[in-house]
Amino acid sequence: MIALMREQWDLLLEKPWLVPVLLVIGFGLAFVIPEYNLLSVYVQLILMYVGINIILAVSLNLVNGFMGEFSLAHAGFMAVGAYTSVLLTMKVLPMSDFPLLFPCAVLAGGLVAAFLGLIVAIPSFKVRGDYLAIITLAFLMIVKSMIENIDFIGGPRGISGIMKFTTLPWVFFWTVTLVWMIRNFIYSKYGRGVLSIREDEIASDLMSVNTKQVKLFAFMLSSFCAGIAGALFAHLLQFISPRIFDITKSTDILIMVYLGGIASIGGSILGATLFTVLLELLRPSTMAALLSWLPSFIFDPLNEHFISHLGVWRMVIMPLALILVMLYCPCGIMGLREFRGFIPRRDREAHHYINPQGKSPHGSIDGH
Amino acid sequence: MRKTISLAPLFVVITMILLASCGDPTNKQDIIKVGLIVELTGDMPAVGASSRNAAQLAVSEINSAGGIAISGKPYPIELIIEDNASKADQSVAAANKLISQDTVVAIVGPNASLGAIPAAEIAEYNKTLLITPWSTNPKTTLDTTSGKPKSFVFRACYTDPFEGRVLARFVIEKLGAKKAAVLYDVASEAPKSQADQFRQTFTELGGQTVAFETYTTGDRDFSAQLTKIKSSGPDIIFLPAYYNDVGLIAQQARRAGIKQPLVGSDAWSSQELIKLSSGAVEGDYFANHYATDIATPTAKKFIDAYAKKYGNMPDDVAALTYDAMGLLFEALKKSPMLERKAVRDAMSTISDYSGVTGDIKFTPGSGDPMKSAVIMQVKDNKFVWVMNAAP
Amino acid sequence: MSQGVVYWLQQTLNALQLGSIYALIALGYTMVYGILIMINFAHGDVFMIGAFFCFLLSGMLGLTFVPTLLLTMLGTALLGVVIERLAYKPLRQAPRVSAIITSLGVGLFLENFTLALSPYPKHIPMLLENVTWNLHGISLSSIQVVIISLSLGLMLLLDYIVHRTPIGMAMRAISWDKTFVPLMGIPVDLIISVTFAIGAGLAGAAGAMYALAYPVIDPYMGIMVGWKAFICAVVGGIGNIRGAMVGAFILGGVEIMVVAFFPSTYRDFVAFTLLILLIIIRPYGILGKPRIQKV
Repeated sequence: MIALMREQWDLLLEKPWLVPVLLVIGFGLAFVIPEYNLLSVYVQLILMYVGINIILAVSLNLVNGFMGEFSLAHAGFMAVGAYTSVLLTMKVLPMSDFPLLFPCAVLAGGLVAAFLGLIVAIPSFKVRGDYLAIITLAFLMIVKSMIENIDFIGGPRGISGIMKFTTLPWVFFWTVTLVWMIRNFIYSKYGRGVLSIREDEIASDLMSVNTKQVKLFAFMLSSFCAGIAGALFAHLLQFISPRIFDITKSTDILIMVYLGGIASIGGSILGATLFTVLLELLRPSTMAALLSWLPSFIFDPLNEHFISHLGVWRMVIMPLALILVMLYCPCGIMGLREFRGFIPRRDREAHHYINPQGKSPHGSIDGH
Repeated sequence: MRKTISLAPLFVVITMILLASCGDPTNKQDIIKVGLIVELTGDMPAVGASSRNAAQLAVSEINSAGGIAISGKPYPIELIIEDNASKADQSVAAANKLISQDTVVAIVGPNASLGAIPAAEIAEYNKTLLITPWSTNPKTTLDTTSGKPKSFVFRACYTDPFEGRVLARFVIEKLGAKKAAVLYDVASEAPKSQADQFRQTFTELGGQTVAFETYTTGDRDFSAQLTKIKSSGPDIIFLPAYYNDVGLIAQQARRAGIKQPLVGSDAWSSQELIKLSSGAVEGDYFANHYATDIATPTAKKFIDAYAKKYGNMPDDVAALTYDAMGLLFEALKKSPMLERKAVRDAMSTISDYSGVTGDIKFTPGSGDPMKSAVIMQVKDNKFVWVMNAAP
Repeated sequence: MSQGVVYWLQQTLNALQLGSIYALIALGYTMVYGILIMINFAHGDVFMIGAFFCFLLSGMLGLTFVPTLLLTMLGTALLGVVIERLAYKPLRQAPRVSAIITSLGVGLFLENFTLALSPYPKHIPMLLENVTWNLHGISLSSIQVVIISLSLGLMLLLDYIVHRTPIGMAMRAISWDKTFVPLMGIPVDLIISVTFAIGAGLAGAAGAMYALAYPVIDPYMGIMVGWKAFICAVVGGIGNIRGAMVGAFILGGVEIMVVAFFPSTYRDFVAFTLLILLIIIRPYGILGKPRIQKV
C-alpha cells in the first residue's frame, strides 16, 4: 500500500505540468492572502522576510557554495540596491501616478548592485581565497562608510518614510524569478564553469574554461539578486540606514547559507526559512502561546525560569544550534545535495557523480 | 537523511500554521493590553532593561490600585514585552506582531531612534497609538513625505534640535565660551543631529567652531581626534555621546592633557557614567530630562519605588518610560471607550500632565511635548542640577 | 620642536599603541591559520573574554597588574584549547568552511552569553598608576609605554618560540605539510592545542592591555577589533607571523594618520581602500609567499 502511494507520488513529481501549476497556485495564494487577511499581518510580514532571505541566501550560495569563494560583501550589495531603489521611488519616479513603476525601481537597484559586483569581481582574477574575503569585507566597510558620509541620502540617519510597495505577490514573484534564474545559471555551461573553478581553478583554466568570464558572471548575478532583495527589503521596512547593512547582516546571510547547505539551492531555501522562522519563534510571547496547551504545573515554572528570559537567551541558543548542526552535518543540512525538482532531467544521473557524498569541495583542512 | 530533509519543510509549514493560529483575534474583553518594545539584546541592553523595569513598575502600581476604569468598569493592564535587539527589522516585526497578533491598544517604545522610527511608521499605518519614551530624533513623529506630524505617534521627551540649541545657548551665555570643538559619532542619529544643531546655533550666537571631529560606533581609540582637537585650542568641547563612549573619551582627553570642560547631551545621564569615567568628567556639564536632586514629590515617589524594587537609581530612560506609561494611563482614563482611535484622541488633548520628568503638555496636531530641559553638572561624582532651560 | 613635528610625533605614538594591540590579536589569527588553514572568527571574542577576565580578577578579586595579566592569559589560553577540542577538532576532515562557520557560531555564542550574564558595560579599575610626561609638547603616558613595550616583548617572545624552539619547529612543520608530520613522531594534536593556547593567550594579553588603555568593556567590543585584526593578519601575509605584526602596525598607522590629516569621517573609507589596493598590488600579503598549487 505504501509502495503504491510512493509510486504514485514519484509519478506525480515527474509530470511536466507540476511546476507551472504549483506556481500558479502559489501566486494566487500570494494575492488572496493579503486581500482577505487569511493570515495575520504579522505572519504575512514573516513570509515576506522569508522570501527576501531566500533570495539573499541562494545568491550568496552561488558565490560561496558553488564557486567556493568566501564573500562577505553581500550586505553591501543589498545596501546599494536598497538605496538606489529608494532614491528612485522617492525622488525621481512619479510613483503616485504610476505605482506600477515599482519593479523598475527594484530592477534598477539590482542593476547598480550588479555593476558593483563587476567591480568586486575584478580583483578576484588576481587574488584568491581568503585574500578575496578581505577585499569583500573591505568593500562592505567602504560602502557603509560612503553612505554615512553622503548627507544627501540621509547619512547615518538613514532614510525614513519609504512607501510600502513590497507586497506578498511581489516578493513571491521576485523570489521565484531569481531562484529560477540562478538555477538555470548553475545548470548551464557557466554553472559548470563555476563548479570546476571551485574544484580546481588552475586546472579549469588549463581546460579552456574562461575563468574570468565565469567569475564575472557569477559575481554579477549574485550581486544583482542581492540588490533586488535590498530594494524589496527597503520598501518593506520603510526605513533604511547604514547600520542595518553592516557585517552582522552579512554574517546572518552566511549563516543561512551554511546552515542550509552549501552548493544547494534547496538548502539555501531551507536555511533561510529555518533561520527566519526560528528567530521569530523563539520570542518569549510566541513560545508561551505555542506551549500554552501544556498543563499548568509544567508550564508555569517553565515560563518563569526559561521562557520569559528567552528574550536574551534566544541569541545564545541560535549560535549553539548552529554549532551543533555544523558538527553533525559539516556541509550544512542539505550540503551538496539538491531537491530532485531543481535538477534538470538530463543532469540527474550526473549530479550524483559531481557531488558524491563525503568528498569535500575545495580541500579539507589538511590541505588535500 | 532523506526523511529528515523532507521533514524539515513539513516542520516549517506546521510552525507557520501554528504561528498563524496562535494569535487570539478576538479581544479579551476584560483586560487592557499594552505593548512594550525594548532593546533587551543588541548594543544597548542597559537602555532596554531600564525601560522594561520602569514599565513593569508602572503597570504593577496601577494594577494594585485597581486598574483603569473605562466607562465605569475597571480593567487590569497586561504588559506584553517584545525585544527588538536594537535592530530596525526586528522593531518592525515586533510592532506588527503586537498590533495584529496580540491586538494591543497602544505601544510604548522603542527607545533608540533606529528602532523607533520604523516602529512608528507601522503604528501610524495601522492607526495605533505609539509613544516613545526616549527617541529624540525629530523623524520619529514626522511624516516625511508630507512634512506634517504623524497623528498616532507621540514622544515623552524633547527632540535633538531642541537639545542642540539649548546646549549651544548654555555654553555661550553661561560658560562664556567663544570657541568650541565638537566630537561625535558619525554613525549614530542623535549625536550627529545634536552636533549639527549645536554648531548652527553656536555660530548664530557669535561663536566659532574650531574643530568638528567624528568617530564611528564601537571605536575605542580617540587619540588622533583628541590630538587634533587639543591643537585647535577650544574653550569647551561639545561631546553628545552615549555614556559608555564618554567614559573612554573623557579619560583619554584628560590623559592627553586636555583641561577644557566637556559638555554633553542626555545620553550622558546614566549613573554608569560616573563608574565608567572614574573622575574624568568631574566638573563637566550635560543636558538631561530630569534631576534627582531637585526632585518634585512625584519624582521622589517614583525614585524611591524604583530603588526599592530594583536596587539602583532609575536613569532617564526609566523616568521617561514611567512618564510614557503614565501618559498612556491618563489617556486611557480619559477615553470613552477601549478603542485605538479614542485613546489616541484622548492622548492628544493632555494639557497638563505632571510627570517625573517635569510638566508635559501636547499641542494639538503634534506628538512632541512642550518640555524644558535641565542642565546638570558632575560634582563630587554626583549629578548636580545647575539650571532649567526652557524652549 | 615645531608644532607640526610635535603633532606628527604624537600621532605616531598613538599609532604605535593601537598597532601593538592589533598585532597581539592578529598573531593569534595567523598562527591558527598557518597550522590549520582555518580562520578562527571566535578569536576577537576570546579577546573580549580576556578583557572580562581582567575585570573579574581585578575588579572583584582586587588583584594587581601582574597576577591579573598572567591569570588572564592563562584563562584565555585554556578557553582556546577547550574551544578547539570541542568545536574544531571534530571538523578537521570536513571542508574548511564548516570550521569557519562553526567559529562564527562560537564567537556569537561567546558574545551573547556574556551579554546575557552582564548587559551593562563595565568599568575596570586602574591597574597601573598613570604618569604623564611632557617632552617638548608631546604627552607620553606611562600606560602607553607599558602597552607598547609589553606587546613588543610578547612578540619577540613568540618569534623566539616559533623560530628557535623544538615546539616552534613542530608548528612550522605542520604548517608545511600535515600528513607526513605524524610519521616523524610529532604529536599533531598536542601541537595544535599548544598553538591555540598560545594564540588565545596572546589575545587575552591584548584584552588585558586594551582594558588598561580603554577601561570600559562591553560584550560586543571584540567584533570590530576582531575583524580589523583579521585584516591585519591577511594584509601582512596570512600564516606569516612577522607579516601579521607588520600588517597590524600598518593598519594602526593608517587609521590614526588618516584622522590626523583628513576629516575624521573619511577614516574607514580611506583605510579600507588603501587595504584593497595593497592586496591587489601584493595578492599574497606583504610578507606572504604564494602557495604552490599542484594541478
